[in-house]
Amino acid sequence: MRRRHFLTLSASTVGGLLVYSLDRTPSRVHAQEGTLRVPLKFFTEEQALDVAAAAARIFPSDESGPGATEAGVVIYIDRQLAGPYGKDRYRYTQPPFEKGLPEQGYQDAANPRDIYREGLKPLAGFHRREAAEQDKILTGIESTVFFTLLRTHTIEGMFCDPMHGGNRDMIGWQLIGFPGPRMSYLEEVDQYHGRAFRPKPVSLAEVVGHRVRPSEEEE
Amino acid sequence: MKRLAPVDAVIVGGGWNGLLMASELTRRTGLSVVVLERGEARKTQDYAAGMDELDYGIRLRMMQAIRDETVTLRHQTRERALPIRQYGSFLPGSGVGGAGEHWSGISYRYQPRDFRLLSHLCEKYGARSLPPDHALADWPVTYDELEPYYDRTEKMMGVSGKAGNLRGKRIEGGNIFEGPRSAEYPTPPMKSPYLAALFGEAARKLGYHPYPLPAATTSVDYTNPDGVSRAGCSFCGYCERFGCMIGAKSQPTNTLMPLLRGKKKFELRAGAWVRRIIAKDGQAQGVNYVDSKGEEVFQPATMVFLASWTLNNTRLLLLSQIGEPYDPASGKGVVGRGLTHQVSTAAATAFFDKPLNRFMGAGSAGTAIGDFDGDAFDHAEANFLGGGTLYTVCYGFRPMANFGVVPASVRSRWGREWKKSALEFYDRTGRISFYGEHLAYRQNYMDLDPTYKDHLGDPLLRLTLDWQDNERRMASFMSGKAVEIARAMGAQEITRFPGLGRYDTTRYQSTHLQGGAIMGANETESVVNWYLQHWRVPNLFVLGASAFPQNPSGNPTLTAVALTYRTADAVIDRYLKHPGTLV
Repeated sequence: MRRRHFLTLSASTVGGLLVYSLDRTPSRVHAQEGTLRVPLKFFTEEQALDVAAAAARIFPSDESGPGATEAGVVIYIDRQLAGPYGKDRYRYTQPPFEKGLPEQGYQDAANPRDIYREGLKPLAGFHRREAAEQDKILTGIESTVFFTLLRTHTIEGMFCDPMHGGNRDMIGWQLIGFPGPRMSYLEEVDQYHGRAFRPKPVSLAEVVGHRVRPSEEEE
Repeated sequence: MKRLAPVDAVIVGGGWNGLLMASELTRRTGLSVVVLERGEARKTQDYAAGMDELDYGIRLRMMQAIRDETVTLRHQTRERALPIRQYGSFLPGSGVGGAGEHWSGISYRYQPRDFRLLSHLCEKYGARSLPPDHALADWPVTYDELEPYYDRTEKMMGVSGKAGNLRGKRIEGGNIFEGPRSAEYPTPPMKSPYLAALFGEAARKLGYHPYPLPAATTSVDYTNPDGVSRAGCSFCGYCERFGCMIGAKSQPTNTLMPLLRGKKKFELRAGAWVRRIIAKDGQAQGVNYVDSKGEEVFQPATMVFLASWTLNNTRLLLLSQIGEPYDPASGKGVVGRGLTHQVSTAAATAFFDKPLNRFMGAGSAGTAIGDFDGDAFDHAEANFLGGGTLYTVCYGFRPMANFGVVPASVRSRWGREWKKSALEFYDRTGRISFYGEHLAYRQNYMDLDPTYKDHLGDPLLRLTLDWQDNERRMASFMSGKAVEIARAMGAQEITRFPGLGRYDTTRYQSTHLQGGAIMGANETESVVNWYLQHWRVPNLFVLGASAFPQNPSGNPTLTAVALTYRTADAVIDRYLKHPGTLV
């Protein structure tokens, strides 16, 4: 049984910040105030802090708007790695594992959990470094499988449905003007030509009226 | 092994072709019909809770479990094939409805020339113009023979569109390059999202002939000739890779299952994994499968219909040792011959200064031009044979898969500069896509892999597949045309398709694979005759695009389903009276 790890996150950093969504109209991005203490399912607290710091360099919080920190990207990644995806449920994993051509796709035996565990080892203490130094370290591993996964997962954690742990308060969707899963645009689809249509985002649970069980909770 | 009571017809695969055959047999004869589907049961009501990009768009809930079974791929026979370990270039569906649940619904008819491609190219350019390693063949069925079945299929699905050739009369606004149609589309074209409208205006300005994509995502409320009613599309943007929550996208579950549900002589068994077709002395006896509880079962049947998608149809014939496997060295044998995919590219990615609202859309809401399809254009400036369709489709742009595309002028792929540009262009990026015909070659084929196995221990299917110069030149030529159109659409920056290179399993192209059990004029060159009846096992029918001798650019579903209607007529009107070969 693994020791219980928690990650304490500040959720207040974006309250009241003005961001410019893609219609170039300023709007207020809402996120809750205070701190969140989130139980971790896969990472240790130290690993989670390093992943959060790396994701924050990939998708920084800056003048163009909030980023991976506010969206809770690390929570998304933690849950994915703890669930079936982390254990390679969505991949054919029968041996032999042979080196292939790039066009034959990823062929290694290492699953996403293994890739993170190994990839994080040389990054120990990453979250305690200066931003410029962090960027230099990430530039050095840019072409690794680990970094490619981390970049993909950062984007996913920014823009997933909030039920998966990222995109907290739909902050990623607000940032790009994505309205989430809405039932119909029948009246708007041929009317908004050349001008932005930006309805308020809704989550899947809000649309269907009940909680939906996400894939990471499956066996 | 448990032996079940015999049935009249067993159908392997519960997708478009399998369930259509089931519904024709059930409604028009008194036969007992069992459909074996290895995935799960589904219904429209399941789909609203499925509007989740991660679970459906990325983790691919509607696809075959790749953990259990995949295919291996190599480019040439002298290379070692390796398994495609995670989905990339195509997405085979599973579950009731098959890939017909998660499809886009773009529903093309093929051109009359496509049905006699070999003769056509020889007449027009001379036999010497063909690539020396081609394996092209005429189809043993003509456009005119198939036309009534195309019409029936469009009416069954409620395809939206505008005719461009009505009984030989060219009609502006439709695809004027299409073959003659006996009737207008059953429902009017879909509404045009902004990007599709921009494409249409630009194409017209350049002298092309834009038309609305034919869409099985019906545009208005529609009741088909079978009495099945469906709602019009609401452009929710959760379309391809998803099941339609309101049933607007024609899917086997909403178009065929209503005709079958509750019928006494029909049974659908989900979770049934067919491993072998059992044939003896030129007669199929039934099929062996593993049921949802893991038990081995033999289902005897008087007729067997194999309708389990191109790759699995071929694999089951090979595993069952029915017919001679194709050997590329000698050119002998038939099973596995003529594997084709589709030249499917993002011909141009265009960055605009106006928001496009790309989250609104449907898998087949778009605009296309046929000016570069087949021989609609002068090939004097083209150093390749054939052609295809340039189009833009507003399928519903979802952010997890699509965020991060930036113009070439932005060098970084992460960090502050990338983020700023990716945010700016997220909803200002449009794509002009291309799909083109993929010729059949002697060296592109399928057989059983000597190393890798599925979860039950059966060999995986091995694809030997690569692009040749004809496809590479075509992709590059069409990319040039797409860039011109993007410029006319007012794009600020444009990224060209980088080129086809070698066949790449990691880039999604389309789930349009053809061949392996092709139809032809005789049994030395084909697996099935023009009623998709096995040449040597006349009570075995192999349905679907596995029968296409080559890919004729457009998406195959409409044609595959039209052929199934034709087979159903032949079986019901003739075969049942005199079982035996139909030709």
